[in-house]
Amino acid sequence: MSVINVYQQNPSADVKAESPLHHADLASLIGKGRQNAGVTLREKKFLGHLTLRGDGHDPAFASGVHKALGLELPVALTVVARGDTSLQWIGPDEYLLIVPGGQELEVEQKLRAALEGQHIQVVNMSGGQTLLELRGPKVREVLMKSTSYDVHPNNFPVGKAVGTVFAKSQLVIRRTSEDTWELVIRRSFSDYWWLWLQDASAEYGLSIEA
Amino acid sequence: MLHIFCPHCGELRSEEEFHCAGQAHIARPLDPASCTDPEWGEYIFFRDNPRGIHHELWDHVAGCRQYFNATRDTVTYEILETYKIGEKPQVAAGKQPSMQLTKTGQEEKV
Repeated sequence: MSVINVYQQNPSADVKAESPLHHADLASLIGKGRQNAGVTLREKKFLGHLTLRGDGHDPAFASGVHKALGLELPVALTVVARGDTSLQWIGPDEYLLIVPGGQELEVEQKLRAALEGQHIQVVNMSGGQTLLELRGPKVREVLMKSTSYDVHPNNFPVGKAVGTVFAKSQLVIRRTSEDTWELVIRRSFSDYWWLWLQDASAEYGLSIEA
Repeated sequence: MLHIFCPHCGELRSEEEFHCAGQAHIARPLDPASCTDPEWGEYIFFRDNPRGIHHELWDHVAGCRQYFNATRDTVTYEILETYKIGEKPQVAAGKQPSMQLTKTGQEEKV
């Protein structure tokens, strides 16, 4: 029998919530950037981030995850998505599941039911990290300035996702479409990334989207 | 900068993503309580410091966060192979690494 305490970790909607970039007041910057900016930034806030751990080489684990999410386990360095739900390979026994805000509990319960009896872990990380979406023709230039990882399309096709060093810290880079990239950042570093990205994209023009 | 092949990610990554965690293949005494002080001290504190081939534990901190082993030449800093925990090194001291081994371990998957 499961002795894991699974409970609603999200406060109800009437509780005031602040995203990691709340202090930057991105809403007040919408439309203030250069016309035809090379980089458009958007914070995809209040999503449900779940860390899922289990043996990625175990077919029982893969089929359990598929049963719960309808997603195949991603192979190394990739992210798979269905609608607003994405599942990313972080390591051979670690995956990052991002679901629309509010669905965390339901998804966690589904996963626990489908993986009953297996050696797994599901942890809600929603408060600890956030997603920044960078879109535009100059995003790759910004990434090239910031990371030693090769972001050339030959090495970084759509659907790839890597954890790497970025500026003076670490984050996860995901390429979701031809000119759209996502950064999974830690909450405590959000201000640093915000300042860094403003500086790195200044020469191409930066615009903010809601 | 060195490029190190991560056996979990399956590609070459820049050295700054990694952290070296010291000598590899140190077996923990099966029954620590029955160790003598010198035996336990040996296990905890004493490490080899060879000139030449050395097996080391590395951690892909910024990437997949997994530990793996690497065989490194401490003279040239050349990393001859990397392999997962639990696997045996193919290059050992006193045994010249064949060209083929270095190739499969490092250069081929650029």
